[in-house]
Amino acid sequence: MCGDREIRCRGWEFAVCLLLLSGILSAGEAAAQEPSGIAEVKETLQVNMNVIWTCIAAFLVFFMQAGFAMVETGFTRAKNAVNILMKNLMDFSVGSLVFFLVGFGLMFGRSNGLFGTTMFALGGIEPGEDWSWTFLIFQTVFAATAATIVSGAMAERTKFISYLIYSAVISLVIYPVFGSWAWGNLLLTDNRSWLADLGFHDFAGSTVVHSIGGWLALAGAVVLGPRLGKYGRDGKPKALLGHNIPLAALGVFILWFGWFGFNPGSTTVAGGMVGYIAVTTNLAAAAGAVSSLLTSWGVLKKPDLSMALNGTLAGLVAITAPCDGVTPVGAIVIGLVAGVLVVFSVLFFDAVLKIDDPVGAVSVHAVNGFWGTLAYGLFAIDGGLFYGGGLRQLGIQLLGAGVAFVWALGLGLLLFWILRNTVGLRVSAEEEMKGLDIGEHGMEAYSGFQIFSTM
Amino acid sequence: MKLIIAYIQPHKLEEVKKALVQAEVGKMSVTNSLGCGAQMGYQESYRGIKFEVNLLKKIRLEIAVNDNFVDRTVNAIISAARTGEIGDGKIFILDLAECIRIRTGEKGSAAIG
Repeated sequence: MCGDREIRCRGWEFAVCLLLLSGILSAGEAAAQEPSGIAEVKETLQVNMNVIWTCIAAFLVFFMQAGFAMVETGFTRAKNAVNILMKNLMDFSVGSLVFFLVGFGLMFGRSNGLFGTTMFALGGIEPGEDWSWTFLIFQTVFAATAATIVSGAMAERTKFISYLIYSAVISLVIYPVFGSWAWGNLLLTDNRSWLADLGFHDFAGSTVVHSIGGWLALAGAVVLGPRLGKYGRDGKPKALLGHNIPLAALGVFILWFGWFGFNPGSTTVAGGMVGYIAVTTNLAAAAGAVSSLLTSWGVLKKPDLSMALNGTLAGLVAITAPCDGVTPVGAIVIGLVAGVLVVFSVLFFDAVLKIDDPVGAVSVHAVNGFWGTLAYGLFAIDGGLFYGGGLRQLGIQLLGAGVAFVWALGLGLLLFWILRNTVGLRVSAEEEMKGLDIGEHGMEAYSGFQIFSTM
Repeated sequence: MKLIIAYIQPHKLEEVKKALVQAEVGKMSVTNSLGCGAQMGYQESYRGIKFEVNLLKKIRLEIAVNDNFVDRTVNAIISAARTGEIGDGKIFILDLAECIRIRTGEKGSAAIG
């Protein structure tokens, strides 16, 4: 019955289409006399659609800042909520300014082989309709994503002033210089960009954005040391409970939503690939959520929501590099592996390496950024090992992800070591116990509510 | 005059209140409290780490009464709060030295009633 109606509907629509088509054809006959005019209109339309789509995607990625803020606030204690929100606001704001002034030029300006040397503050680009402005806002929100990953791993114990300095340095130099190696030819297409020239594929930034942020987060957590009370005298990890799991869940949903700008937007072209990449992105996220749930259920005996939330993000991070070049089944497998990986990685960093990462930022962004980048070498329809492409692409992917590891972790350790020995990286023990909200900012997050805590 | 302090299960508060009103005991203070006793607690886990929760959420009732109201107050609390399971709570009865109503300055039994 239903089917019949559908066919009738289609018949009716078909008639309308024919009518419309005949109208367009007759108009086309008139226009056929100046085919160059039509081509011009089509081109203008495509360019404008590209601008609109890229801007909408940039705004979606901007909203991910809210997602990060909620995840990190939810997974930490009430006494540090103001501090972590302030850090999320400031790494975006400081990052936006320095990326505009310096970072963008280092990343996308005319390269000397190691980094860009032109286009600082977009010098030479007229204010107005130039594509570079659209590209700048899109790249700014990406740089800010890398920067904001770190705040979660360093939560609840970092001096605010040191975090501000770190925020400037990542967007000023650490992120853009590596970015110029992988993405330096995105704006000036003949630019030298040595990883990209080798064939390194990181479509939307598993390595460029997430691993760079994740390895810096690891460096920060290592140099800082664990929160007070995180490890007992016997060295066993203790649970420092996040104070608002509903906020953390809201944050993950916001991030998932924002990722539909992050990956499909990295086309910077309004075309059919947008929908395809949205599909691979969504499948990997869903697979990551399911496999992390099952892993935590099996290993920890309970389906742990915080692990499933991390698993969702792990799937998203992993599919970010290969999202345009794998099959839907490939995307699902990549997400499934990410969800398993993130649970064991969280337990490994927490209990074996004893590195205190309150929100799981290193496991989500660094480890799964690494995995997602390698996954392209395995699952790429064109050149992946599992599709008969041999080891070449996998080798290049491993090289790129390895260079990111050395670059970000090395510079991160150096930066945080310098901060520790100059302005100081960590608040006093007394301030840490009372909470950074009072010590650093002189205010409470939940004034008027009774916060009952024994930790 | 006596001060009756009772610790009960949080989910029994509504029933206890109803029983007290039926026994014509209409004045009380209620606070949230944490405590441990024979119930021992239970295990929670967070991100793979198990931990004991041995301070359980309880409700603390404080009721000041004249001596002739002690029994009916205690009976009302017991009748509504008892399930027979470990964790039902405890009642303490203390002598009350004085009671003053701030609004009028009345003292003793007149202030309590």
